[in-house]
Amino acid sequence: MLDKIWFPLSLTLWVAAISSILVLCSGVTIAYVFARRDFRGKWLAELFVTLPLVLPPTVIGYLLVILVGRNGVLGQMIFNVLGTGVMFTWQAAVIAAYTVSLPLMVHTAKAAIEGVDREIEYAAYILGKSEFETVLQITLPLAKKGILAGLILSFARAIGEFGATLMLAGNIPGKTNTMSISIYSAFQAGNNELANLLVLILVFMSLLTIALTGRFVGKLEV
Amino acid sequence: MRKELIVLLVILGVFLAIGCTGNGNEATNETDTPVTNETGAPVTNETSVSGQNPDAITVSAAASLTEAFTDMESQFETENPGTDVNLNFAGSGNLRKQIEGGAPVDVFASADQKNMDMLANETFIDNSTRKDFAENSLVLIVPANSDLNITGIKDLTASDVEKISIGNPETAPVGKYATQALTEAGIWDQLKDKTILAEDVKQVLTYVERGEVDAGFVYMTDAKTANPGTIKIVATVPVNTSISYPIALVSASDNKEEAQEFVDFVTGEEGQEILEKYGFTPESE
Repeated sequence: MLDKIWFPLSLTLWVAAISSILVLCSGVTIAYVFARRDFRGKWLAELFVTLPLVLPPTVIGYLLVILVGRNGVLGQMIFNVLGTGVMFTWQAAVIAAYTVSLPLMVHTAKAAIEGVDREIEYAAYILGKSEFETVLQITLPLAKKGILAGLILSFARAIGEFGATLMLAGNIPGKTNTMSISIYSAFQAGNNELANLLVLILVFMSLLTIALTGRFVGKLEV
Repeated sequence: MRKELIVLLVILGVFLAIGCTGNGNEATNETDTPVTNETGAPVTNETSVSGQNPDAITVSAAASLTEAFTDMESQFETENPGTDVNLNFAGSGNLRKQIEGGAPVDVFASADQKNMDMLANETFIDNSTRKDFAENSLVLIVPANSDLNITGIKDLTASDVEKISIGNPETAPVGKYATQALTEAGIWDQLKDKTILAEDVKQVLTYVERGEVDAGFVYMTDAKTANPGTIKIVATVPVNTSISYPIALVSASDNKEEAQEFVDFVTGEEGQEILEKYGFTPESE
């Protein structure tokens, strides 16, 4: 029984962690561009990034399969480079988690960055800092509450991701069965004992996340 | 702000309206064209009137029966205009669990005897109505453009075969048959780590059609329904158990008469003809 719990738990945390790191880097960058830049087709880019937030997970899963599956545009490129497909791997689970949690980070971080007084940024420019330096040393630290909130939301979303993950990574015990997939599997198989345990752990993890958020974010001084 | 609010409300209203027209129409009824009964007089489908059709039966059938039972549905409804058939396809294990959970099903057609036995043991089905109505065979298929030179199940142990799709043995009998065959051939342990589980036989077929896996185990009848040019049938896989499909009435059914008529249709001449058309071996009664 222990391996039926330990593997999904460690896989879920691993996938969520990797996904969140990727989301943090790319999400904050995209959020900054959306907050501080204007360009043609910006509305289209914003729409594109927001889409996974409103699309049903099965639609996202389907579109991702078409994209990165064996015969997909990206899928073929991946196959040519790596010699193997990405479907039914933990990396596919990361792709699914990343896709659904990116919009959460972008929206939250964008709001936080927009809340930073531009006067402070201009002051930094006048004093000789480049935009890049300003972003790293002034803007992001000032927006860190929002960014952290976005990170926690993304992490939580990645942990709970099910539909797209099931379609992209499949349910392969010992390889791609995350917590939510394992709960579904156990429920399907009538293994209520296992399902109960997994659910308890997941609920506990979620409560822990909320508690840590409250303590951590509350303590951040701006 | 007011203009946007109005637009939003209009859109919501349209969605609600579309949603409402969905009720009362038979979602599963494929026959939109006017149907005629034996005398050539047109028959109106009673379900086009909004409201529940009192003589509707729900048939839970194994995924591999999709095409055959869909054909049977339209023919049966033509000949029995008072009855409306709702078809529910999934892996036989999933269907069994639904019935155990109290789902309002009238007829159950399984791809193996085991799931039917499990229901019979708990008297969820009426064993006196149980009949075997078809047989099938297991085949190994590969994507059409596969260059892995797979000619039989033994070739699956090669190192360049990385992913093999089988049905989830918990939910799909086709997966159980496949594991059984591979165990009998003595290669299951070697192939275990390469297996990708699918919920039912149609999903296995999809994985192979799309080239997401290197090989898969489906029924002969499903291999025949594959999109042309997407798969290759490599070999028929012998299994020690015969792949036989039983059908029975669900004990809790409220429409036993109509349900029995449907079962009689399936096991009768017309049903058997349709099954044969799709590659099933008819059960000799």
